[in-house]
Amino acid sequence: MSRPFSPHSGIELDRRALIGAGAMLVTALAVEPAAASPDMAAAIRKFTGGAEPKTGKVTLDIAPLVENGNAVGVEVKVDHPMTPESFVSEIAIFTEKNPVPDVAVFHLSPQSGRAHVVTRMRLATTQNVAAVARLSDGSHWQETREVIVTIAACTED
Amino acid sequence: MTTAMILVPRTPIRSGDVVMLKAMISHPMETGYRRTENGEEIPRNIIRRMICRYDGVEVFSVEMHQAIAANPFMSFGVVATKTGPVEFEWVGDNGFRHRQSAQLTVTG
Repeated sequence: MSRPFSPHSGIELDRRALIGAGAMLVTALAVEPAAASPDMAAAIRKFTGGAEPKTGKVTLDIAPLVENGNAVGVEVKVDHPMTPESFVSEIAIFTEKNPVPDVAVFHLSPQSGRAHVVTRMRLATTQNVAAVARLSDGSHWQETREVIVTIAACTED
Repeated sequence: MTTAMILVPRTPIRSGDVVMLKAMISHPMETGYRRTENGEEIPRNIIRRMICRYDGVEVFSVEMHQAIAANPFMSFGVVATKTGPVEFEWVGDNGFRHRQSAQLTVTG
């Protein structure tokens, strides 16, 4: 097998690969505590008053892979009528690994006409994003999506 | 200086139509997690809340946290009923407050 890109011997390459892998491992370990701190589930329970949201109704539209976590377009729609008798009263967005799990809470009313909100958010790293809707009957509905982030937001210059 | 932009649809709006309003405001949304080159913490400076009133009645509001991107952009629906102002108000850290309005023209 030829090695067209390497002027070095096989042994040299292996040694470099090993050092590289070691450095990456150390970086991963160092980053771990910061990434695991806040609890998205706890933030969601605080929003719902302890209830476990059901799956369905909510569509969370966000790119599955983003290059830049500083401004990620996010769109939430809830498949529910907006009548005075029954409507979506709140939509909230949460993240799993940002320094703060809460992103935004949107307050809607029958005057909104449709349960549809759009904004731009920050993502500190690859993680799950959840949208939770509260209906006027007090029920909660959720959709969660994983977003892979190649350039993080929040802490960089 | 703060600048804000409010977009209402340009197409003719009839009473009962659901229109999507869009608003964007210039603001750094400083998270409070960044540091200067000297290692000093940069204090948090974010917009906490945006409120929209249509014809004097609150129809939409949003609570924001640090995860809303700089120059916050918001879009949401409203049922057009009659010609009137859509007034936006943004409130944030350090006494930040900005108001701006646009006209929603309803024909027919």
